[in-house]
Amino acid sequence: MKVNLLKTDDSLLRRIMNESGQPVNLCFQCRKCSAGCPMIDEFDFPPNMVMRMIQLGRREELLASKAIWMCVSCETCGARCPNGIEIAPVMDCLRAECLEEGVIPADKTAVGLHTAFTDNVKVFGRLHEATMLMLFKLRDKKISKDDIELGVKLLLRGKIPLLPRRSKDLQKIRELFKDSGR
Amino acid sequence: MKKIGVFVCWCGSNIAGSVDVDQAVAGALKLDGVTHAEHYVYMCSDPGQQKIKDAIAEKKLDGVVVACCSPRMHENTFRKAAGSVGLNPYLLEIANIREQCSWVHPDNKPAATAKAISIIEGTLDKVSQNLPLETITINLTKRVCVVGGGIAGIMAALDLADAGYDVIIIEREPAIGGHTAQISTTFPYFQEISELLDKKRAQVHEHPHITVYLSSEVEALEGYVGNFKVTIRTQPRFVDHANCTNCGKCLDVCPVLVPDEFNRGLTRRGAVFRLNRDDERQLPVIGRRDCLHFNEGTKDGCGLCADVCPEAAIDLGAISSTQEESVGAVVMATGYDLYSPANLPEYGGGKIPDVVDAMAFERMLDPKGPTGGKILRPSDGEVPKSVVFIQCAGSRDPERHKAYCSRACCMYTAKQARLYRQQVEDGTAYISYMDIRSDSRDFEEFVQKGMEEEHLLYIRGRVAKVFEEGDLLKVLTADTLSGHALEIEADLVVLALAMEPASGIHDLVKKMNVTVDGDGFLTEAHIKLYPVESSTKGVFLAGCAQSPKDITDTVSQALATAGKIQTMFANETLIADPLIAEVQTDICSGCGICIETCPYGARVMNEYTGISVVNQAVCQGCGACVAACPNKACELINSTTKQLFRVIDDFARRA
Repeated sequence: MKVNLLKTDDSLLRRIMNESGQPVNLCFQCRKCSAGCPMIDEFDFPPNMVMRMIQLGRREELLASKAIWMCVSCETCGARCPNGIEIAPVMDCLRAECLEEGVIPADKTAVGLHTAFTDNVKVFGRLHEATMLMLFKLRDKKISKDDIELGVKLLLRGKIPLLPRRSKDLQKIRELFKDSGR
Repeated sequence: MKKIGVFVCWCGSNIAGSVDVDQAVAGALKLDGVTHAEHYVYMCSDPGQQKIKDAIAEKKLDGVVVACCSPRMHENTFRKAAGSVGLNPYLLEIANIREQCSWVHPDNKPAATAKAISIIEGTLDKVSQNLPLETITINLTKRVCVVGGGIAGIMAALDLADAGYDVIIIEREPAIGGHTAQISTTFPYFQEISELLDKKRAQVHEHPHITVYLSSEVEALEGYVGNFKVTIRTQPRFVDHANCTNCGKCLDVCPVLVPDEFNRGLTRRGAVFRLNRDDERQLPVIGRRDCLHFNEGTKDGCGLCADVCPEAAIDLGAISSTQEESVGAVVMATGYDLYSPANLPEYGGGKIPDVVDAMAFERMLDPKGPTGGKILRPSDGEVPKSVVFIQCAGSRDPERHKAYCSRACCMYTAKQARLYRQQVEDGTAYISYMDIRSDSRDFEEFVQKGMEEEHLLYIRGRVAKVFEEGDLLKVLTADTLSGHALEIEADLVVLALAMEPASGIHDLVKKMNVTVDGDGFLTEAHIKLYPVESSTKGVFLAGCAQSPKDITDTVSQALATAGKIQTMFANETLIADPLIAEVQTDICSGCGICIETCPYGARVMNEYTGISVVNQAVCQGCGACVAACPNKACELINSTTKQLFRVIDDFARRA
């Protein structure tokens, strides 16, 4: 077995705690978060381990992990944590750091969806599923006949609107994006 | 011919379910000497006891057999009942037909009934040869000797003295306070120890009922419960404290420099020193071991301190003295020592200057201590920015060190790490731990608060080694929660060393005739029901001498001990059970085997007659001497060999 010698470094811990506002240092590894996580099978590190890795400053491994992109922000973990740690915002901070630092993410599909989502909101001020999904599929060049058939079905049944509805205050949404530097 | 009554108890269906009580009574009535027999549903109930009392009175019984449950349950009950109507209680015996008969033979009523009758017959034979006995009364000296003047000894002594009993405290150091005096603050409320201890120490010294023997040890303990004689040897201080003005001139002039034990080697002291050099209320003493005057081959004849003393208070010719004190009870409050860091070479213990033990860290935290309360690296006096605390240093390692948990370390480490972070705001505190044992009021919250407010980083796993690499001090460990090895750069490493019994405990326990466990901790008579009594009657336990404890638990135990002794002293005399061993003087050859065998120290040789004697106050009637005596000169009263063989004969004949 290869032993990774790591230096502990609490700069990541301090930064994440500051940005997410979550007391990540309090995690004492009871693993209740991981026990209830619906996405755990898709994670390479369970949520409790993500907390531990932040505490120990294992930044590179974390930013390149699948876990941070597979979290669906259902917030089950945060609702149950005995130390009151909301893990979803912590995951958001880690994703942001991943993108800012240009780290190649472990799961590009998830990142693609994530980007398509925010780009869409940026344009319309709110989400328009039809264009978002179209652009997401086209970007990955994975669009299939089934996808098109499903899309048509959803449109015909009125499940997703054909035309986008813009936010009443698009300007404000764009300012938010601007403020966050994106 | 004796007139003996047999009373068979049904114990509801416990006995009556598998023993035919009618037949048992009929069987008993056929036995020699039985003049009365009856059965009842619950003999131990008030009407049941009344039946026994009535029969004794009406039939003028001179012996009773109660066939019922184990004598451990109700022997006392029935003996009291018999005694109340004038029958000597020791002429009543229990025939155990429940645990030893009905419960083990639930499916064979005829056989169980026959066996019950056998048991009754055997007991009948025994009781017909029993002697009427009187309880033994023992003189009681209502004075207490407390060995050890730490927080346990102080608290026990104050409680007893406040109750009006004379107490002597024997302390081998030149001042009382013990290890507690070295500690800076308590957990979980960060209270300064000096606030607590100074007050208690003053109370001890001012108390009219307390005498303190400093620089003293127990030389011998003779006697038994209620009647101990303690011989105390006091080592000379070589400084006459009656004349000493505490001017400190001798301290300045002494040419010797040795590590100061009180400050755990953080400072050095002369051969003439104050136990706590920063406590100017303490008067200087001279340590013979370090003083050049007493060590030939160096500067023999050094007497600089005596020359400089303006009061001529230094007497290098002083000799040790002994005193005798009579006491009725002894409290063993001998405390603990820390496991030597030299036993942990992989952590650089005793070698790397920036690896210190937790007590040295306490000295640094003491605002009146050698660093004025500042945490500084011993090597260069810098403020450490990264401190690694290593818990279980020597504890929980059955293979190489101590198997037990030292119990206080989790909490004092959390306290020390929190105080460090409060002092050094940009510092990082790592705590290496196996489990966090924070099992008392506000303890868990205290640890959690350390993580929350002081950002203590707990790393689960044992440190593999601490080593120097160039100028750096490195700690190699693993985080078993994430399964990774870690290397931490540390400025200071603090070892939470295991607690072990105070040095010299093995010699002392031989003198006190108390037992210790494999680690040298004093053992209590019963872990649940007699937690502060030792194996020797009249010798009690308090504090870390029994097992590692924090101050809270130590004080609780010390006060429990004081309470136990007050209960004993509430009587004018002591009463002992007469069911003990006796020596048949015409058979005893004086070989002395019983003296070695007796676990209670109840046997001594009479120097004039050459015959072994039983100390009635100490003997517990265990029978070890009976088994050991090669001449069969020892007998247990009312359980003689003759009696027991007859019981066996009865069984054998019917079987």
